[in-house]
Amino acid sequence: MDNVIQISYFASAVLFILGLKRMSSPVTARGGIIWAGIGMLVATLITFFWPGMENYLLMTVAIVIGGGLAYWSGKKVAMTDMPQMIALYNGMGGGAAGAIAAVELLRGRFDSTTFMALAIAGALIGSISFSGSLVAFAKLQGWARKPLRFPGQQLFNLALLAAAAGLGVWLVVQGEYTGALVLLFFVLALAYGVMMTLPIGGADMPVVISLFNALTGLAVAFEGFVLDNAAMIIAGTVVGSAGTLLTQLMAKAMNRSIGNVLFSAFGSAGEAGEGAVEGSMRPIDATDVGVMMAYADRVVIIPGYGMAVAQAQHKIQELTELLRARGVDVKFAIHPVAGRMPGHMNVLLAEANVSYDLLYDLDEINPVFPQTDVALVIGANDVVNPMARTNPDSPIYGMPILNADQAKNVIVIKRGQGKGFSGVENALFFADNTRMLYGDGQAMVGELIQAVKEL
Amino acid sequence: MIAGMTALYIFMLAAFTGYEIIARVPVILHTPLMSGSNFVHGIVLVGAMVAMGHAHTPLEQVIGFFGVMLAAGNAVGGYVVTERMLDMFKSSKKKEAN
Repeated sequence: MDNVIQISYFASAVLFILGLKRMSSPVTARGGIIWAGIGMLVATLITFFWPGMENYLLMTVAIVIGGGLAYWSGKKVAMTDMPQMIALYNGMGGGAAGAIAAVELLRGRFDSTTFMALAIAGALIGSISFSGSLVAFAKLQGWARKPLRFPGQQLFNLALLAAAAGLGVWLVVQGEYTGALVLLFFVLALAYGVMMTLPIGGADMPVVISLFNALTGLAVAFEGFVLDNAAMIIAGTVVGSAGTLLTQLMAKAMNRSIGNVLFSAFGSAGEAGEGAVEGSMRPIDATDVGVMMAYADRVVIIPGYGMAVAQAQHKIQELTELLRARGVDVKFAIHPVAGRMPGHMNVLLAEANVSYDLLYDLDEINPVFPQTDVALVIGANDVVNPMARTNPDSPIYGMPILNADQAKNVIVIKRGQGKGFSGVENALFFADNTRMLYGDGQAMVGELIQAVKEL
Repeated sequence: MIAGMTALYIFMLAAFTGYEIIARVPVILHTPLMSGSNFVHGIVLVGAMVAMGHAHTPLEQVIGFFGVMLAAGNAVGGYVVTERMLDMFKSSKKKEAN
């Protein structure tokens, strides 16, 4: 039986890698998740035949409860709330890695110090990922949007991490320990996960979730070594390295290092740049915008998180089709961090049946703006703020942005006069070629459709 | 038993594999891929099952129970949201073919 189990795990690992590979191309992506799903099913079912196991009934109950709740919530959640669900499920994985380590530590039988060290390291990383992901979930869910900061916070956090890691090392070196010390170790690790995530602003959450995703992968790999489980080692390590690279790509898109995201309080320098904006925001009617777009040669639409909140993507698709039927060249400019995650906008637009060859990324679309008649900004803010190019005092200075301000006309659909997620004033809104269309995204695009139809 | 050096080789090769998979991915697929990799580390479920299967004291059983429950949530939830996201790519592809 042991050989059958090992071969099944090997097959699962191969399926995971092939599945992820397929997921990295739009054409084969859907098949990819099914391959990986089959791998998971095979690995889970064969594990029931692992020799010498007990507690089958409780185990099945746990799978049914955990899997059932996740299935229900995953099916029910709106597309816009996907990022926090990923954070939640990721946190659960980290928690599971921590739980494995806790059981192994309580059983207290390690073949060598190396295994115990790996168990402790996996427990530390998994616990941080668990509590940190839950805080990230709460923040994106809107339960705790305001970053919590206090003087000496970084020193406090550093001390907390050092205490958790130090206790972990001490446990390994001693080799003998009490349940109370193990408990203290987990409490410190969980507390650090909470404390490190609390000061991070909502705009940086995608990077943090991606980082926790990579950390969970690493924790799973470490526990895989402890349990001598090849499927866990390979799948965990692959996710760990892929997740690390993805985190770097995301941070780079915002022109910030990962260290910067984690340790600097974003927006605290914001005051310096704010006085620099001059002029006023000029409103415009939907009818005028409709005319402007209908007779334009080229329209570039720049969606942001606001579009997701307003659920305006279906109306946007309708507007796109109308304009294209009139011979207008419509393109979508997708900033790498538009929305709450890279690719978030692509997913929403795909949901609304916008063909993905209309979507362009930053490098492709920026040269197009000077030859664009209308740039329609819907729900995006920081990613089109020209201060990132012009104002060295601005906290977002240096971030690559979409140069919407270079279009002949810029229309911004926005609920009110407030600032963006980062809390930074946007110079684009005050520019001479910009007009503001105030109102709910979905309602306003509806009015634009009406205006274009009536021509 | 996966011995020391072999384990290190597996670790290194798997790390390169992960890096290669992500290195050439269009931005459009970053969220689904992150969600997909989130699903893949749901494999922690098999570890949680093994750990719980060997739990004896009530405390170990309770922790094991939570471990299996959380891991099952990771695997099932990760699959459901990834599949829902990728489903949308199917519909946009169909439209192109027409």
